[in-house]
Amino acid sequence: MRVGLFIPCYVDQFYPQVGIATLHLLEKYGCEVAYPPNQTCCGQPMANSGFEHLTQGCNDLFIRNFSEFEYIVCPSGSCTLHIKDHLHGSHEGPGDGAEGVRKKIYELVEFLTDVLKVENIDASFPHRVGVHQSCHGQRGLKLSQMTELMAPPFSKPEKLLKMVKGIELIDLGRKDECCGFGGTFCVAEEAVSVKMGKDRVADHLQHGAEYITGADMSCLMHLEGILRRQKSPVQVKHIAEILDSKE
Amino acid sequence: MAQDHAHLATEFNKDEPRVDWHDKTLWFIREKRDKAAGRVPEWEWLRDTASAIKENVLSHLSEYLVQFEEQAGRNGVVVHWAADAEEHNEIVYGLLKKHGVDKMVKSKSMLTEECHLNEFLSEHGVEVIDTDLGERVVQLAGEPPSHIVLPCIHKKKEEIGEIFHEHLGTPAGNADPQFLTHAARLHLREKFITRRVALTGVNFAVAETGEFVVCTNEGNADMGAHLADVHIACMGIEKLIPLRQHLGVFLRLLTRSATGQPITTYSSHFKQPRPGQEMHIVLVDNGRSVHLGRKDFRNSLKCIRCAACFNTCPVYRRSGGHSYHTAVAGPIGSILSPNLDMKKYSDLPFASTLCGSCSNVCPVKIDIHEQLYKWRQVIVQDGNAPVSKTMAMKTMNWVLSNPSVYHTAGKAGRWFMGKVPFTVNNGLNPWYKQRDMPEVPKESFGEWYKRNRK
Repeated sequence: MRVGLFIPCYVDQFYPQVGIATLHLLEKYGCEVAYPPNQTCCGQPMANSGFEHLTQGCNDLFIRNFSEFEYIVCPSGSCTLHIKDHLHGSHEGPGDGAEGVRKKIYELVEFLTDVLKVENIDASFPHRVGVHQSCHGQRGLKLSQMTELMAPPFSKPEKLLKMVKGIELIDLGRKDECCGFGGTFCVAEEAVSVKMGKDRVADHLQHGAEYITGADMSCLMHLEGILRRQKSPVQVKHIAEILDSKE
Repeated sequence: MAQDHAHLATEFNKDEPRVDWHDKTLWFIREKRDKAAGRVPEWEWLRDTASAIKENVLSHLSEYLVQFEEQAGRNGVVVHWAADAEEHNEIVYGLLKKHGVDKMVKSKSMLTEECHLNEFLSEHGVEVIDTDLGERVVQLAGEPPSHIVLPCIHKKKEEIGEIFHEHLGTPAGNADPQFLTHAARLHLREKFITRRVALTGVNFAVAETGEFVVCTNEGNADMGAHLADVHIACMGIEKLIPLRQHLGVFLRLLTRSATGQPITTYSSHFKQPRPGQEMHIVLVDNGRSVHLGRKDFRNSLKCIRCAACFNTCPVYRRSGGHSYHTAVAGPIGSILSPNLDMKKYSDLPFASTLCGSCSNVCPVKIDIHEQLYKWRQVIVQDGNAPVSKTMAMKTMNWVLSNPSVYHTAGKAGRWFMGKVPFTVNNGLNPWYKQRDMPEVPKESFGEWYKRNRK
């Protein structure tokens, strides 16, 4: 199974260990993984700011980098959702390459549960962990049931985390409230963004989390910024790092 | 723009305990909504059905409007058509003048807020008393409502006690809700008995029968309408439903979504004037038919004004209704208002993280968060983005479209540290104000990969 690894720009620059853990996991489950060296960004920062019309360069680059693969896997629900919903070719229509890419991109968690159908994980992480449901992964890619809907519960990230030895998942007061990162919202609406982040952090701390995990590093980067400012010993870890952990 | 959402929200956030209180108060209502919806096994089916009925209404709006006008006319109701807010206000004022009346009572109507009717009538020497308790509170305080269902949700009971002390003469320092409600009741009772004209809103208008339904918890619409010689009901043209039986869908959804109650205390059907009474309906367009022509945005006209999207919105709960500087705040207001004035409300679609919770609670399944995204594109392409932002986006796009630039920009983090606003460690950087920066690693993933694979 030939998998193209898409590592979002801010993960590439700030959290290389998340890329490494993602690569390890995919290799562990027998995927033939390649990382196209010329990749940059999905274009979401511009598009969510209202500049989707500028992103054709990013789109074309993405299509060139990833068309050849059977699957594309990315350790970010938000970037994956953006590609799925908003990747367009230069010439709209069949054969522009965009549709194929949109259909074969997966966020890491859903790739593990739905494509690789992982039932066992050889990992241990003996800590109390709170799961942050990043909105685009949860409500966009439906990685977990949403509290607003009157429908049976499920959670793909928790299903995987429960296979990890020693882990204790904590309950939260608000299971799926947004952390307030929101891309450029985090600086354009600084006051509300930070308040949302502080409230999320407080929920995890009140319930005894030692770590906050999730499938989107951008949310975790925001929560980490708040934890560090508060001098909290609590750390953030991307779900790939926990699934690839041997403690 | 005088004050945009971000600035107003920053002001609101200066009092953090108050933000916490506001957030918890509204989250409590969201939780009540969850419990009420959870008790209806076919909840998601009801949402699908309501959405489909409204789809049909929007696709045949002109026919339903004509049918409604005919039926209402047959029932003895006078139907008026208002193209915009100005016409609406003139029609209402004309009716008051005709009857030589300069005082009236009004139950809750967000449409009249949208049309700024109170200000208009006040300028023409007409006194309007809002009879919904929450609306009366904000009216006495000289403020607009901050929430379409709970107009004074931003006020604490102690503040309401002070307002009543000042305006209604209740004892200073008394903030007992039961006592204050009693005082309001005595105050409003005198108004109900003496006013000859009552204005109400409309929640649903039935094309089949020409009747309309007004939902209140306080019975204030009924008190006003039943005691007045003239009942004026004002409605946006999108409030129509085809058949009376469709109320069986909408009335079950409305209040469960709004407050978590199974149904409003009063769901009053008005069909014809009682002998000697005059009944008027004002059908108001005010931009709605333009909105109907916007393919990506038309289904926001399905809105039944339950405010579930307000209560669930993590941004609304932490910024307050007034930060939206428009009659209908919250997520739905952020997709409706740019239709009325794109420049004035160009900030609102950006007052969201696009978390999508609003779309999930919406009883008529409006894709609110997707429309927020689409409005951002329209607003920028219409030339409403600040020049600095446009420049920053162009630079960012250039770097991210060119791998060689992205890579030669240097080793890990260097380009990001210089170009992305949230990665500069100084007091001017909005990221750094209340958050630490991520640590910059020795090498990027790309650099690690080059050394360790291939």
